[in-house]
Amino acid sequence: MTIGLGHYLSVAAILFTLGILGIFLNRKNVIVILMSIELILLAVNVNLVAFSTFLGDIVGQVYALIVLTVAAAEAAIGLAILVAYFRNRGSIAVDDINLMKG
Amino acid sequence: MIVVALFFYLFAGLCVASAFMVIAAKNPVHSVLYLILAFVNAAGLFVMLGAEFLAMILIVVYVGAVAVLFLFVVMMLDVDFAELKQGALQYLPIGLLIGGIFLAELLLVVGAWVIGPDVAKAITAPIPPASDISNTQALGLVLYTRYVYYFQTAGIILLVAMVGAIVLTLQHKPNVRRQNIADQVARRRATAIDVVKVKSGQGLGGLP
Repeated sequence: MTIGLGHYLSVAAILFTLGILGIFLNRKNVIVILMSIELILLAVNVNLVAFSTFLGDIVGQVYALIVLTVAAAEAAIGLAILVAYFRNRGSIAVDDINLMKG
Repeated sequence: MIVVALFFYLFAGLCVASAFMVIAAKNPVHSVLYLILAFVNAAGLFVMLGAEFLAMILIVVYVGAVAVLFLFVVMMLDVDFAELKQGALQYLPIGLLIGGIFLAELLLVVGAWVIGPDVAKAITAPIPPASDISNTQALGLVLYTRYVYYFQTAGIILLVAMVGAIVLTLQHKPNVRRQNIADQVARRRATAIDVVKVKSGQGLGGLP
């Protein structure tokens, strides 16, 4: 019953996959896509911290801190873009975001 | 030992279940609340791993800031979320296919990996024993010395994000009168008041 590194890596893998699945399932809803990205970054953080503990190297936790910062900044910018877009167009459907014809 | 396993499965199971509910919930407000639950359980996993500082930061930053930001935005936008949910099952097969392949690959990697023999020599900053100094202190000893540039880069990233979010959402409405401090300071007696001689019995006869 010893909980090893593999257990934590499995949890992180499942979380990561759920994040990817969320992007596919909620293709029209930008807010849920942003939340799925948060889930993916959380899975990355679990991986970093698990390796940091089991290898006995604290640098992994430093990188987890950086990832946390980037995730917070990304959420703030993404939601700001979302609010600005909603003000201009009155909708947040992903299918309507085609101004640049990309 | 059995207690450790029990708590691991409790936190991990709740974390995965609430992560599933984040992407499956019909109402985005429920999604945000499940996201909070997932982060709290991940913080529990971090505590079990001995990263107490990151666990607390996860709760403060995510539950305290990011999730509340999500809640504000979800409640501020007047969007018909039921309409956005339409046709979601259309992408379920391709999503399940790609997700399944991805999960299988990841689990294969997890099942069949070994730590290289040279890794123990490559450790740059070993974790000191928990009886000596706390996790927070150990992290600070590394973060403020060897990785101070990363720390400052994180600060710059947050500054840029703050400026960007303000610039994106600030709007100047044309018919709103704003305070102009330079104008206020530049006011003099001559531009502010008029002294008028009023003849008795005639009144002012219309202001100039």
